[in-house]
Amino acid sequence: MHQIQRNKVKWIVFFITPGLLVVGTFILLPLFMSLYNSLFSWKQLIRLDFVGLDNFKRLLFTFPYQERFFNAMKNNLYWFLSTTLIQNTFGLFFGYLLSRNLPGAQFFKRIFFIPVLFSIVAVGFLWGMYLKPSGLVNSFLKLVGLASLQRAWLGLEHLATPTIILVNIWRWVGFPSLVFLAAIDSVPQECLEAAYLEGVNEWKLFWKIIFPLIIPAITIIMVLTIIGSLNVFEQIYTMTGLDGAPNYSTDTIGTLFYRTAFGSIDAGSPEIGIGSAIGLVIYMLTFATSLLSVFVTKSKEVQL
Amino acid sequence: MKKNTLLILFVALCAASMLFAAGASEQQTSQGEDKTTLEFWTWRPEDIDFYEGQIALFEKANPDITVVQTAHKNTEYNTILAASLSGGAGPDVFQGRAYGGLATFADSGFLEPLVEWMPELKNYSENALLGATSPTDGKIYGSPAISQTVFMYYNIDLYKELGLSIPKTWAELIRNFEAAKKAGYIPLGNGAKDGWCLETLLGGMGAGFYGGTDFYNAVVAGKKNFEDPAFIKMIEKMKSLTKYMPDMYMGISYEDMRSYFFNEMSPHLIAGSYEAAYFRTQNPELNFGIFAVPSEKASDPAYVSVYADMNFAMNANSSKKDSAIKFMKFLSTKEFGKAMVTEMQMVTAVPGVDASADPFISRVLELQENATPYFFLVGFRYQQPTGSSLWQAAAQGAMADTMTAKQTAKQIQDGIASYYKPFQK
Repeated sequence: MHQIQRNKVKWIVFFITPGLLVVGTFILLPLFMSLYNSLFSWKQLIRLDFVGLDNFKRLLFTFPYQERFFNAMKNNLYWFLSTTLIQNTFGLFFGYLLSRNLPGAQFFKRIFFIPVLFSIVAVGFLWGMYLKPSGLVNSFLKLVGLASLQRAWLGLEHLATPTIILVNIWRWVGFPSLVFLAAIDSVPQECLEAAYLEGVNEWKLFWKIIFPLIIPAITIIMVLTIIGSLNVFEQIYTMTGLDGAPNYSTDTIGTLFYRTAFGSIDAGSPEIGIGSAIGLVIYMLTFATSLLSVFVTKSKEVQL
Repeated sequence: MKKNTLLILFVALCAASMLFAAGASEQQTSQGEDKTTLEFWTWRPEDIDFYEGQIALFEKANPDITVVQTAHKNTEYNTILAASLSGGAGPDVFQGRAYGGLATFADSGFLEPLVEWMPELKNYSENALLGATSPTDGKIYGSPAISQTVFMYYNIDLYKELGLSIPKTWAELIRNFEAAKKAGYIPLGNGAKDGWCLETLLGGMGAGFYGGTDFYNAVVAGKKNFEDPAFIKMIEKMKSLTKYMPDMYMGISYEDMRSYFFNEMSPHLIAGSYEAAYFRTQNPELNFGIFAVPSEKASDPAYVSVYADMNFAMNANSSKKDSAIKFMKFLSTKEFGKAMVTEMQMVTAVPGVDASADPFISRVLELQENATPYFFLVGFRYQQPTGSSLWQAAAQGAMADTMTAKQTAKQIQDGIASYYKPFQK
């Protein structure tokens, strides 16, 4: 018996060590390194003296870091709100429609999910071309007689971020749709039948029975939305560049972090101390808000 | 049991493949024991063939040295170079950035000071050396290779078709724009989607309005600042160009604006000397010339902005400095400088190279008689937020008309004043 137990432990160690090594090297080590780096002053690429929380103080309370940081945070919040409201609402709606087995449901299930499979960089690049002043979007508007709506979508401060968000929703809405579909499909058929027999209408059926039972799926999607919104980087990098152009209107803490820590080729030199501090703030925020959202949605969860 | 054996075999195979993958790259560098192998990095994948040719010449003269060239993507170069140099590795010789980009690596101790190795650097022009010198210790860390000049490209054929001539005053330039507009062309091809293209625009048209090098020197010394009326007037003049720029110019990217020019949809483009070779490859039929954007009065100088663009640097931690310096010296020969001119249409920084055989380069040198520093790169790219990043963002606000010229100037001034001592007095 003892031998078997020991063997089991050996096997467990054997299987988790590679994973642990990867996580340790590529996730935990950089995390602690950036915490460590953020506590020092830097001269270009050389670490100098220990300065405690000075980099965080500069980031949060002194001009111009403060201005850039809160501007970027504002954009991340914008990303989060729009993604939650538009993408997840549509995701839920599509998931529900797909679960009703309407004609063509199987077809649409695939269509919705296809963009999720695309590389984010390719999507950014292609949509970047479609959204050019002479691109597909403006040409289409002209074709349908809406030439007055033609815009420089990615070049105007008030339009650039919403445009990139919409592209991202286009790419990603299939994912929540499918997760919600799976969750709705797993709602026990007896519950639904019983409700139908009671004469409950679709609206009530959804809110009173289906919705409470798919809260775990909503939790997952919310956590992923929070993480996604705080880490948004590639979409902006491929569509408007690292500098948060035009005039910082698409800047997020991801692009701000990259620019500060590594320097942007066209405009800057690196500031590793502040960059590390931003990196750590991104981590803390992601961790804290994800935890919070798990607790909030968990409390709403219903067990059958 | 059989399953377990299979599993162990599979895991062992994966582990072994990783080991061998790591070993493969080791092998590449240690081949040929009597030969020294130098690693040479560039950020110009488009110039691989040029450098291969030059390396072949070098290797012929130095049979005991092999040079391995690696070209990285321009936008990723700094990050990759910084990562490998801080890891104690990296190339022996590499293309180095100028000004603040040089300071980043020099101040970190990654670059070898060069004057002792290459006393001939003292013969280079002051402007060229400024880009290769760290402002922190005043030492030269790069062997200057090329300079770039920003001016107006114009389409000679379209000028003939429209009956235009090179403008001597700002008003004449505007008249040329109007004529081009009337004929259905985009008068000025420049766009504003990419912030750095607005720094180019400033380099091409700004100096005549803010007062060229005198103003530059006064600002660097802290005697004047960006809220000076001359600088604000310059921003207003730049804003006034928007009506001649392409439709929805805020969405016009670098690639778009270049294509407007080489596809002959626009007779004008403010851009750098580095574009000439590209235009020729894209449209060999294109008949273009260059001029300096005129000031308001014909008697005022028509400025072009100039900056040192690239130098060759040596890794301070290289174990093969004796061989590396031979290659560095080769890269500063007149022959190499001449090849830069003839094959790449670049303005070489190597002194004494005769560029008269290339009419484009000779014309650039002619325009350089009224050269002024490329403002933010030369003067204000040493600390964050750099003058360049501030200008690029604020100028986008100005061009999109979400900010006035005064607000634009203030945004730049406040940003630089946050660290620039002469502004804090």
